[in-house]
Amino acid sequence: MGMTMTQKILAAHAGLDTVKAGQLIEADLDIVLGNDITSPVAINEFERCGAKGVFNTERIALVMDHFTPNKDIKAAEQCRQVRNFADKYDIQNFFDVGNMGVEHALLPEQGIVSPGDAIIGADSHTCTYGALGAFSTGVGSTDMACGMITGRAWFKVPSAIKVELKGRLQKYVSGKDVILHLIGQIGVDGALYRSLEFTGEGVASLSMDDRLCIANMAIEAGAKNGIFPVDETTLAYCKGRCKREPKIFQADADAVYDETIVIDLCALRPTVAFPHLPENTKTVDQVGDREIKIDQVVIGSCTNGRLEDLETAAELLKGKKVAKHVRCIIIPATQTIYLEAVRRGWVETFIEAGAVFSTPTCGPCLGGHMGILGKGERAVATTNRNFVGRMGHVESEIYLASPAVAAASAVTGYITDPTK
Amino acid sequence: MNAHGMVHKYGDNVDTDVIIPARYLNTASHSELAAHCMEDIDKDFVKNVKQGDIIVANKNFGRGSSREHAPIAIKASGIACVIASTFARIFYRNSINIGLAILECDEAAKDIRNGDEVKVDFDTGVIENVTTGKTYQAEPFPPFIQNIISKGGLLNTIGK
Repeated sequence: MGMTMTQKILAAHAGLDTVKAGQLIEADLDIVLGNDITSPVAINEFERCGAKGVFNTERIALVMDHFTPNKDIKAAEQCRQVRNFADKYDIQNFFDVGNMGVEHALLPEQGIVSPGDAIIGADSHTCTYGALGAFSTGVGSTDMACGMITGRAWFKVPSAIKVELKGRLQKYVSGKDVILHLIGQIGVDGALYRSLEFTGEGVASLSMDDRLCIANMAIEAGAKNGIFPVDETTLAYCKGRCKREPKIFQADADAVYDETIVIDLCALRPTVAFPHLPENTKTVDQVGDREIKIDQVVIGSCTNGRLEDLETAAELLKGKKVAKHVRCIIIPATQTIYLEAVRRGWVETFIEAGAVFSTPTCGPCLGGHMGILGKGERAVATTNRNFVGRMGHVESEIYLASPAVAAASAVTGYITDPTK
Repeated sequence: MNAHGMVHKYGDNVDTDVIIPARYLNTASHSELAAHCMEDIDKDFVKNVKQGDIIVANKNFGRGSSREHAPIAIKASGIACVIASTFARIFYRNSINIGLAILECDEAAKDIRNGDEVKVDFDTGVIENVTTGKTYQAEPFPPFIQNIISKGGLLNTIGK
């Protein structure tokens, strides 16, 4: 019986010829990741159990991105604890204000993750790196601590859903619409404990930014990981960037999948997930012109704070004004993206339109800071979760959408179709 | 190992943002986290919960963020066990790793009501609803997970 792409990566990291779904294995890890919220819990565990050191100073990444620049005294103390730990154990990939970015945009950009890797991160959106053809999954702080000490983690080998992509996306339809469409179809537990393996001729037309966005939200369907095949686009992205040689794994021709879902990219329309679950999706065609009035727009996050996302926003905001009743907050995911947005003149476009442009941070996505919602307020956000109270007050509402929908909506003040 | 307590019942897709809202993640203190446990879904939970109580919920309990603060807050609030139809995978893993007992049992999750008195035997996976007299069979943990729990968490099972 053949193996899926995920199973082949796991087998190789467990030193086994084959693995099958349901098998419990212990695998070697290439990268162990934590942030300013999850690392303090891991460091406490690390110290409590009397660990002497880390397995490899180059294979741990600590990114201060959630409540930074420090939103309050407690957040400052948490960052200080991680900074001291990084210093004490000589952690090479420690990213603080000045060189940090939103972790899941930063690690691929800096070449810290490579195709064929096995990666754990104490952050649920660690599944993002599947876009590069790596096995990558979110875990908690105890797994992170254990991974930092031993360089290993236990896994139950997942079965997989095959997602076959056909055709290509229309203008102002993006990776975000692909993943929202899929979650709307299978539900927020539709891929629970399983892999989402994206395949098909449609993959070739997707940019790396689109793939990173799609893999990022695999967790929102409950998936253990989302993964893309390695192709020319991947290798071009990795060239001169990845610190380690890409390793290419391919699913066997006779790999077994629980089910196959076919998505025709040409037929997709801009899609919005209504409160309070990412599965509550509607296309913009199903939303009336002035039906959903909004108070805030957030463009950014590990899902949609990349260069193409800002480019789309700049295109739609150029020469326009943000509606009077809307606060539009644009957050580049990394310093490199920030600088590029300055150089290309997009920051000028945003500010002239009446938007604000912030330093990189996860901030508003998880209701941390930099854009908290009040009672009854509504936001269109390019983030990944619209749960109750996620971005502020328990009676606020989040509508998840692409940068194109978000930017078009910022101008009208209502959820708006960017293709019109 | 057993649990015996009163049930706090919830529905589908209880996410980690309502178990412990991110605005409280600027601390790793177990007692501070417990003080805000379930705040955005059940503001009376902290007032009502007693040591040894049990949470029962429907499908996909613990979905969302990887924050270990969620099972920590539940455990530190006094909850001895969570029973659900299914768990989100990171929450499931985190619970085992910190030694919070969790059991998947769809029938029990659907039947048991808020305020019922329930007994759980972790060795056999038998769940007894003392209030109604009905019993349910959940899958007990496989040996390698029993090993993690019996040693009091993942970090006690590794050579350092």
